[in-house]
This record gives sequence, C-alpha cells and structure tokens, in this order.
Amino acid sequence: MNYQGLARKFLESQDINIGDRILIKKRDLEYQGMLLDRAEDADDQHIVIKLDNGYNIGINISETSLELLERGDAPKIEFAPLEFQKDPEKMDISIISTGGTVASIIDYKTGAVHPAFTAEDLLRATPELLDEANIKGKAIMNILSENMQPDYWVETARSIADEINQGAQGVVVAHGTDTMHYTSAALSFILETPVPVILTGAQRSSDRPSSDAFLNLMNSVTAARSDLSEVMVCMHANENDNYAYLHRGTKVRKMHTSRRDTFQSVNSSPLARIQEGRVKVMDQYYSYKKRGEYKLEVNDSLEPKIALIKIFPGVSGDLVDYHIDKGYQGLVLEGTGLGHCPEDVMPSLHRAADEEIPVVMTSQCLYGRTNLNVYSSGRQLLKAGVIPSGDMLPETAYVKLMWAMGQTRDRDGVKRIMESNLRGELSDKSSSQHFLKDYGE
Amino acid sequence: MVIKMDYDELGLKMGLEIHQQLDTKTKLFCPCECELTDKKPEYRILRNLRPTQSELGKIDRAAFEESRRKLTFLYDTYSHYTCLVESDDEPPHPLNQEALEIGLVIASLLNMNVVDEFHTMRKQVIDGSNTGGFQRTGLVATDGYLNTEYGKVVIENLCLEEDAARRMGQKRGMIEFRLDRLGIPLLEITTDPSMKHPQQVREVAYQIGQVLRSTRVKRGLGTIRQDLNISITEGARVEIKGVQDLDLMPRMVENEVKRQINLLKIRDELKRRGAQVSDEIHDLSHLFQETESKIIFNAINKKGKVLTIKLKGFRGLIGKEVQPGRRFGTELAGYAKKMGVAGIFHTDELPAYGITSQEVERVNEFLDLDEYDAFILVADEEERSRNALLEVQRRAKAALIGVPEETRKSLDDANTEYLRPLPTASRMHVETDIPAQMISSELLEKVRSNLPELPAEKKERIIAEYGLSEDLAIQLVRQNRSDQFEELIGCCELDPTIIASTLAYSLKELKREGLKVDELSTAVFMEIFKLVGHGKITKEAISPVIRKVAEESVTPEDAARMLHLIMLSEKDVKNIVQKIVASQEEMVKERGSAATGPLMGMAMKELKGKADGKLVNKLLREEINKIRSR
Repeated sequence: MNYQGLARKFLESQDINIGDRILIKKRDLEYQGMLLDRAEDADDQHIVIKLDNGYNIGINISETSLELLERGDAPKIEFAPLEFQKDPEKMDISIISTGGTVASIIDYKTGAVHPAFTAEDLLRATPELLDEANIKGKAIMNILSENMQPDYWVETARSIADEINQGAQGVVVAHGTDTMHYTSAALSFILETPVPVILTGAQRSSDRPSSDAFLNLMNSVTAARSDLSEVMVCMHANENDNYAYLHRGTKVRKMHTSRRDTFQSVNSSPLARIQEGRVKVMDQYYSYKKRGEYKLEVNDSLEPKIALIKIFPGVSGDLVDYHIDKGYQGLVLEGTGLGHCPEDVMPSLHRAADEEIPVVMTSQCLYGRTNLNVYSSGRQLLKAGVIPSGDMLPETAYVKLMWAMGQTRDRDGVKRIMESNLRGELSDKSSSQHFLKDYGE
Repeated sequence: MVIKMDYDELGLKMGLEIHQQLDTKTKLFCPCECELTDKKPEYRILRNLRPTQSELGKIDRAAFEESRRKLTFLYDTYSHYTCLVESDDEPPHPLNQEALEIGLVIASLLNMNVVDEFHTMRKQVIDGSNTGGFQRTGLVATDGYLNTEYGKVVIENLCLEEDAARRMGQKRGMIEFRLDRLGIPLLEITTDPSMKHPQQVREVAYQIGQVLRSTRVKRGLGTIRQDLNISITEGARVEIKGVQDLDLMPRMVENEVKRQINLLKIRDELKRRGAQVSDEIHDLSHLFQETESKIIFNAINKKGKVLTIKLKGFRGLIGKEVQPGRRFGTELAGYAKKMGVAGIFHTDELPAYGITSQEVERVNEFLDLDEYDAFILVADEEERSRNALLEVQRRAKAALIGVPEETRKSLDDANTEYLRPLPTASRMHVETDIPAQMISSELLEKVRSNLPELPAEKKERIIAEYGLSEDLAIQLVRQNRSDQFEELIGCCELDPTIIASTLAYSLKELKREGLKVDELSTAVFMEIFKLVGHGKITKEAISPVIRKVAEESVTPEDAARMLHLIMLSEKDVKNIVQKIVASQEEMVKERGSAATGPLMGMAMKELKGKADGKLVNKLLREEINKIRSR
C-alpha cells in the first residue's frame, strides 16, 4: 500500500487492507465503501474509499473510527483468457512493448497512468489486431520514454532482430511518445532491416475510451505488413480518428505536448498515409527501401558520451568547456538560424578541435537547413572544424553522432559519416511544402 | 385498459435528480467561457470511442452496449469558443475553484455534509456526448435534507460535473456534437427515492430550484434539467431523463406506473404460457427474394440480410398497449433501434407493410411456430440486424422476469422511450489528470459565514426595507434583479417603487418587444435614474429612454435629448410663462386668479411636457399676481 505516516499506521493498527469493505464513522456521519490505495505523493491525513455509487472520496482520519465489514481482494484488471490460432493466410507480426501510454493503464496505487500492460495484455484489449495478422507479443521493458537510454535502444534493436530472425514479417514497437523520435533515429542507424519496423504510441492513454492507441496500433500493424522496409513512426495524421501517417524514423519529431498528431515529418513529407488497412505512398518521387531488399544487419556500437547543447543569447564557452572537461567525446550544437553561435563560444570550439572532439552544428529552427557560408560567423565555425548537418534534425544528429563514433574514432571518418545520407536523414532539396502553418486562414 | 391506481398500494417511490449549469467565468477544467454559440464551426473533428475496463476490472454494461453500435462522432470546434481540452487533445487544467465554491454554498444551504477530499472521477459515457468517452464528475457532499409541506426529503448526493457536448444532429451513422457546452460546470443534486406523490416531486424540484437561484447559476431554457427515478414494489427502478416541464410530471408518473403494471401483466401471461426466448437467429433472406415490402427489398438489394428470431408464447402480447399509444412491440423495437436499425416487424402486426400473408406463413412454417408463438424480423446490413435481434432477445428475456431497469427518455406526450440500461458503479474510474483536492475547514467556514439569502428571505427583506408590494418583490427576485435594485437605490434619491417597477415590469415589456435590455449595464440604469432624480426627465420618460438606449446604443442623456424629453430649466420655463401671461394681460385683468386655468392649458401646450406641472402652476400664479398688484 502507498499510505504513508499517520494514515498507514491508522489502517495497519486495525488490520485493514486495500480492497476491504469498511464502515467509517465520523461524528454523526457514516460512510460505507471499499478502501482504495492513495497516490504516493499525497498527504497522510486522508484515506480514500470507493462508495457504492462508484464515487471515490477522501476522508480525514481525525475523529474517525473504522470497522471492517468484509475482507476483499485488491481490485485487479483482468481480461478474459485469449485463445487464438495461427492463420497460415496471415502475415506474422511481432509487437514489442517498451512501455509508455500506448501500453499503460491506470495504476490505482498511485492514481496515475502507468505503463503496466504486457504486449499480450495489449492484444487482449485490442483483439481486432488479430484480424490483421498473426500477432506475437513480447514485453521487453516497461518504462516511460523519458527514462529511455542509449543502452535500451540497443536492447530494443536486438529484440527486433531476434523477432525478425524468428520469422517476424514485420515488427511493431510500442513506445512512449516523449522520446520516440530519438529511438526511431537510433534504430534507423543501428538496424538494416528486411521488414518494416514500426514505432507507435499514444497521446491519450489506452485506459480511456477516446485513446488514440487503438487506431495507431491497427495502422501500425497494417504498416508492418506493407512493402516499406525501414524504421518508421506510425501515428495519427491529424486530430481525427480516420487515418495515420507513416514517418521516416530519422525525419520525424514530437511537435506538440498533447495533440494526437504530435508527430510530424520535418523537412520532408510523411512516407505514406494509412487508412482502413491500406497503405498509400504519399510522394511517388520519394524513394524508400522495399521489403527483402536488404539483409538484416545490427550495428549497435554507440558512443554514449555525446552532448546536445542549445545555443542561446548569453551562452558562454563555459558550457562547451564543461562538457570537454567531463570527458564528452562529441558535441552537437543546436545553433541559431542557419547554424550560428556567439563569438564568445569560438575559443572553446577551437579547443574541442584541438582535442579531436567532433562538433556538429544543427539549427534550433528545425525547419530548413544549416548553411555556414552566408555569414562570417558561419565561415569561422567551418574553419574551427565544425560539421554542418544540412537539414538533419538536432535529435537525429545527436543520435547519429553517437552511432558514427561507435563506428570509427577517426575524425575525418566521423565527418564523412555525418555528411553522408545513410537512412534518409539528409536531403539536398528543400520544398516550400514542408513547413507548418495553420492559423485558420 | 383502465387501471385504478393507488400509488400507496403499488408502493410508488420516486427520486429526483437535478442538473443545474453554473454561471462561472470559465468552464470546469479549461479557460473557455461558459457560453453557447450559433456560429458555424471552424473545425470539425471525427472520432470513435471504445469502452475500457475500470480499475475494478469490470466493463460497464451501458458503455458496452453503446460500443456495439460502432458509431462515429463529428465534433464542431472553434478557435475562440472551444479549446484543445474540449476536443480531448490536451489534459484538463486544474479544477475551477469558483465552481467548487458554488457547490459548497449549495451543499451548505441544503444542510449537507461536505467530503473532506474531493476526487474527480471519470464516468464512462460513450454515446459521443463527451469527447474523452467519460464525463468528469466528483462527489461534493452527501446526506442533506429539505423541508417540504409533505415532510422532510433527504438530499443524498451533490456532485460537481462537466456538462456534455450539444447534440446537433445525425448524418449517415455519424452523430454531430458541438463542443461549446462541453465542460460548463454542472451541479447534480440527487434526492433519495422516497417520495410517494408526484405533487411532492414538483414541490421539491421547485424548492431546489429556488436554492440554486440564490447563487451564480445559469438561467433560461436548457440550463436546468430534471431526471426522475421511479419504481413500484413489483416493478423496477427506471430513470427518466430530461423532464423539462414540471407540470407534465404527474402524467408522466402515471404513464410509467401504467407501463410497469402492464409489463407485469404480460409477464404473468408469458409465465402461464410457458413462454421461451430461443437464442437462435435465422437467416430467412431466401424466403423474401420476390418480396413486395420496400424495406426488405432495399435491404436485400444492398446485400443485407433478413434475420428472424422465434419468441415462443409471445403471440398477441407484442401488440398489447403498455403506455398510451405504445405497445410492448415498441419496447422491443426501442432496443433494436439502438443498434442502428430503423425498426422491427413482429407477428402481431403482420401481414402489413408489403409483407404478405403467404410470406408470414412461410416464416411460421420455417420457424415451426404454433398458435401462441411469435417471430421478430429485421432486414438490414447483416451485423446490424444481428445486433438488433440480440438486443430484442435480451429485452424479451427480461419480459419473462418482469420490468427491466432502464434509463428512459421523456417524450413531449408524457410517455417515455428506452434510452439505455441503467449505468452501474463500474462505469466510474478515477480521473488521473486531476489531483485530489482537500476541502479545508477554513474554506468551509468562509463559505458558511457568507451564505447568500434564499430567494424567499430576500423577498421578505426587500418588502420590509423598501416598502415594495409583494408582487414587485417577487418579480425582482424571480428575474434576478434584486441585487441590481439595491445597488441602484443607493445611488439616486428616488422612490424605490419607481426603480423596482422599471426593473421588474418595464424591462419585461421592452424585452417582449425584442429589445436586448439584458445587455444594459447597471451603470446605464444608474444614469437614467439620476436624470429623473435631477429633474432632467420625468419618470414617464424612463421607458422611452431605455428603449432608445437599447436600440441605438446612445447614452441615456443623448437618448432623452433625441426624443426631446429633456426638461426645461426653471429659468426657461419662467421666460415662456412670462411671455404667455404678457400676451394675455387683458384676460388676467378681467378674470383675475380665475385666468389660471386657461393660462395653464396654454403653457402646458407650449412646453410639450418638458416641465413639471407644479412648477408651471407656481410660476403662473406669481406672474398673475404681479399683474394684479400693479
């Protein structure tokens, strides 16, 4: 139980547990109901009961007496047992669960939404998935995506590879949305995949009837059956529950704190639109890797000591020096505009060059590409050996530098990798189509 | 069928549930105003809902049934009138404290016990009226009472909740809702189901309404909604939603009691016959390939199916009237329609609707029906037909047991129709996005020491304090103008009755003419009454000035000037009077003070009502005396 201090003592002294039916007397008042647990961070003055009409209320324990009416089991979420047989006509798709809102449910212990579903529970809650494919579920971790780490990317990539080696014809990864685009970029570089690898999640938790998890999962399984064989993100295309977009894993970013269509392709169109079991490629000129075109490869050596540093007015070289002092092996700067930083930072960047620490310049504008030739400040950065990142997203550049330095320690080698388009993360052409704008006009 | 009804003997019990919108600055969980709009939607959002399990691991049966309908919802949204919270694209903001405080005020006025800690819950409602698939609600207080002339009535619960979205219509399986109403704070007040007479229910509804009106609540159509809980001893609890007209209540109770008695009679007859409901559903499409029934023909044409079920022992009872103009068959159809079909065909009404007696005979043969057996037939898309018949079977099985517990919708003719099963406690989940809120004893103390006057108290006080008539005081209180009245009294030395009757009567008349007098501020009235107080206009000019101000948005003084209602100054009046007297000097000399009458008439004509008669009279006498004393 989560009860702390006084409330905990009060309950323990009378041997009353979560789920017990109790009578509470307080002055001339009486309440009957089931004892529920309380959020960990709540005060220790109240106990929570569920009344027979379904409402929860908190009761202050002072001047209160309890009486046990009936022992109860702590309430549990239970699904009917799931029976299904493999259909030889259908494709085999694996769903790997890492946690997050798409695979979460109310935790009445803390009163908060927590990742608690196993991949199989997910299937039980969404049996319609079985109409689409033979589904195999596997929970490899259970964390909120803000707690993701480079090690977990590697673990996820290896699990995906295992599934593919065991015959999965497509893999769906259920993931928290906060850092899904870091993971999708990491998996893009680590894996060369013969089958689609789809990351998906939910902005509204799956414990609510309006959750976007259902549509996202259904469409992800459709995407996993398709011919597009890359690491991709599949999420709502707009605020409607009608179709989803399939974004390239290196070009996508979470752009809204709460909307369903938070994931947007930046500096590119989505790869495809998915609706009612159909996959429609959006741009016929846009090339993508096809199913079976490449053999499975796992290249999972990463350099974890990379920092992503934001440039802002008033920033000083100290910030760069600090990271060098702390042993960071590579730096990605999120510069202003075309990829600039204040003059004051220059000496520290020269120091980085002297110490053979690669520095990559991205732009905090997100949209557009870096260009260090337009202003002298940019040209100075080039002289200091800073590597411009084109139209690559800062988060993608951060992940790519980790991966690049896992492949080679050679400075020129790193530069070459950073400047080559490996997974669709770089493009030469900018289009007027690729920019957000909707002021209702 | 005439039934003599003795409510006491039948064990009639009724309870009331009242929903009142609050007039707070913002909605319960977001910063949008609590106003409705008739503007065209700027965005439309399309959504589906799926039921989920509660933390107790049970699926709510009402929610489950809704989900079988696979409906798509379309939501009207705006950039100003709604925000992402209503469209479920942003978590709720913290609980509106103003609304909670109004809840505490009402709880105190109804002698209720306020909870120590308020927990926001999600009540699962997946008919689309809430974008999240649940209504946010929380229990504020329990166990209060109200004294009525029929005795004490227990007020069981007071909840603070969000109003639902407005249903705008239905197109091709899509229900359209407008999000302007979603999230307006509502108080839900529930009495215990102990009332035994419809008149008592009316009285309680009226009294609760009066208590609500002492606080900041919305007024007008649709801002208060009443639901009625009703049962008889052998029957079942039925909740009737949306009783708009309290005067209709006694007849509605009568019809519902009749319905339950008739359903019990049907049950008894079914038992006597050994009736049974078979679980089988038969596809009889092949029997209707050449049908003349348009409905069936169209269904088959669109690749639908003609499905039937057998109801053993039901023949003759399906056509039995249970409410005025509504048959047992209507009850079965009500369940079927919830699955999206247009209706059902049943034995007791066939042959008809293009279905021939030969076709009926073929169905009877196929299903092996004997003289007491009936069939139900549905023609529509296969899944829809099947779901509809599953529902009919469920309802027919319930008929073998008695009266099913239901939520029903009130109709204008005092009848009711099936809406959904009664919700269960398992539809309640905790709202994880809102932390529990402690209600401190300090806050409660503050609320209790500042309780508003109840309308009846207020009426008595303003009569005593300002010498108003009973009717005037009632009108002021009922129209929510008594506070404004007291504010205006303080600022101008005018007879309170003039101010009161302007607010209570004149405004009502102007409103009837279609003028937007509700938009006029207290400051505007203050200016108008000051004009009267300073002798610039007469009290007769008040109404015309208000009309002009409302029509043309001018200041009261400009309005008076435009209408030529500004009174002349004493000096101007004196000049005019002097001129008139001088021109009639002969008459004054001849008739002395008897000239006052005719001269008064001439002066008033000239002044066109822009001077007070008393003043004119006084000045006239002075001038006449001057001539006479010369």
